[in-house]
Amino acid sequence: MSRAAQISGSIRRRLIGQLVLGSAVLAAVLVLLVTNLARNVAQDTQDSILMASVTSILDTMTVRDGEISVDLPYAALSMLGNVSEDRVFYRILADGQLLTGYEDLPDPGDPGRDGGYITAPYAGTEVRMATAERRLSVAGTPIMVTVSVAQTRQGLMQTLAQVSRRGAAVGIGFFVLAALLAVLTTEFGLRPLRDLAGAVSRRGPKDLRSVKGPVPQEMAPLVISLNSFIDRLRYSLSRSEDFIAEAAHRVRTPLFTVRTQAEIALRRVERPENRAAIKEMIRALDESSRAAGQLLDHAMVTFRTDHLEKERVLLTELAEELVDRLRPVADLRDIGLSMQSEGTPEVLGDAVLIENALRNVLDNAIKYSAPDSDVDIRIGREASDCFIMVRDHAGGFPEGALHRMTERFARGDNAGGTVGSGLGLTIAREVLEAHGGRLTLENKGDGACVTLWFPAS
Amino acid sequence: MRFLLVEDSMTLASAVLDRLRLDGHVVDHAPDVEQARAFAEAADYDLILLDIMLPDGDGRDFLKSHRQARNETPVIVLTARSAVSDRVSVLDLGADDYITKPFDFSELEARCRAVLRRRGGGASTVQRFGDVTFDPLAGTLTVGDRRVSLRNKELRLLEIFLSAPDRIFSKPKLVDRLFSYDEDVSDNAIEVYVGRLRKHLVGSDVEIVTVRGMGYRISRA
Repeated sequence: MSRAAQISGSIRRRLIGQLVLGSAVLAAVLVLLVTNLARNVAQDTQDSILMASVTSILDTMTVRDGEISVDLPYAALSMLGNVSEDRVFYRILADGQLLTGYEDLPDPGDPGRDGGYITAPYAGTEVRMATAERRLSVAGTPIMVTVSVAQTRQGLMQTLAQVSRRGAAVGIGFFVLAALLAVLTTEFGLRPLRDLAGAVSRRGPKDLRSVKGPVPQEMAPLVISLNSFIDRLRYSLSRSEDFIAEAAHRVRTPLFTVRTQAEIALRRVERPENRAAIKEMIRALDESSRAAGQLLDHAMVTFRTDHLEKERVLLTELAEELVDRLRPVADLRDIGLSMQSEGTPEVLGDAVLIENALRNVLDNAIKYSAPDSDVDIRIGREASDCFIMVRDHAGGFPEGALHRMTERFARGDNAGGTVGSGLGLTIAREVLEAHGGRLTLENKGDGACVTLWFPAS
Repeated sequence: MRFLLVEDSMTLASAVLDRLRLDGHVVDHAPDVEQARAFAEAADYDLILLDIMLPDGDGRDFLKSHRQARNETPVIVLTARSAVSDRVSVLDLGADDYITKPFDFSELEARCRAVLRRRGGGASTVQRFGDVTFDPLAGTLTVGDRRVSLRNKELRLLEIFLSAPDRIFSKPKLVDRLFSYDEDVSDNAIEVYVGRLRKHLVGSDVEIVTVRGMGYRISRA
């Protein structure tokens, strides 16, 4: 099983990135709009004052004694002076001839009927100039009078710079606030996704229940597919295990019926040769049921090692339960089971498999032991490995056959009349190898010593 | 002992019934969950043998309701499965033990004894014969004020003898009941255990008599 996922980007980063970028653009647009608006308002204000000044000058122009007379009203220029410290220039032309003012003011072009405005360089700076015309009749001749009033723009520029600075400050504030909101919104928005991932990953390996609990509408398709996937997985897993269980049931039940009938028959039969035949029958039945059982066990072990699901297993606890289970069987033959445990060795593995491996080893030890002898179980830790050692006093494995005892269907020469399939140690070995451990066989003293080694968790 | 057997396969059930009756047990048979409930309510059993796959439900359902009804009768589950998860689930549901089919009846008896011993319901099973007291659950034999702990084979042999005092048991029959069929033992192996029992019975008025050419019987002197 692969735990790693191929990662391409992050929704969180992408969302935050996009939201922050969006707020940056919005903030910039805001600053531009504010600055522009301020510029227009300021310009309009200056323009209307300039034009008011021009108009008031035009209004005072009269024709007296065939001469154009200008009486510059004080207010016309003072209203400009009030606005700022800027310098004010004016020029009055009659048919293009200078009447009074600064002759070198920039050319206003055609001001049109309502007057016009230009912005042009003048006197080493920039001026805004308003111009308007009026037709006067001098001795029956129409004369076009053009009045221009200009003002430098320093005050306006200062105001504008100030407005821009404030605008920028507001823009940055807006951006920071929006970015903060973006992060918060993303975190909040992704919470259901994180909750779901947490809920699924917190599950134990055997937990194949559907994912429940309300999820946002957008996540419903994901949860529905996840649940249907879990269902299919559970179904296919249970079908395999059910098949093995069903097979066991079908094989063992009839064998059990026959065996029981044979036992009854043995009770009723007296003649030695008939009794021997029935005993032979019972032994054969035991052999086949045991072989069937071990073949199914082996299938189960293969199935589970292929889908190894590890959890914490306390070896002492597991062995104690198993020994308690086997004690009545061992008692039948007056075989003592003694258990000794140092510390609390803990391994990561499949408890069903480990139990199966140990049961096979213990079954062997009990089966081959002579009546009134002992089987010793020792559990402990050596270096970084945990071990369960099963030792009997039944004469040990035949020398020279040690290395092939864990092969399928291999049985020791001393198996003699003992019922067995030769799969027990194979199962144990395969279970241990699937857990990264090993099974060692040796002869110690007057018996066999089988050790199950596990890498410590 | 009084058993209730819950098992749907009739051939298997009748074989088990016959076999248990041979050992002198009283056995009722329920083929499904419904009848099992009726039997369990109507009578007091020493032990219930429960199959898991039943026609009208799961044996585990029976187990659950049996425990919920605070019925204290011990239950041993007969299972064809051997996966730990199944076994753990029946033990969690309140089964006292389980045994995988097919089993040896001496193993079933051993498990029954272990279960009953664990439950501590032993007083009624104590047997008195002559001046000895025999407690098969505790596995003790008391002669006067001397109490000995019996090993398993001694205990079972004494149980067989005491099930029918003065009856003669042949060596082959005793071997059948004391040893499993995969053990290759001669009929004379029984002499060892008879010898041990005789040693325990020294000083009592009970003796195991050898009947030449026939076998043994237990009698009061």
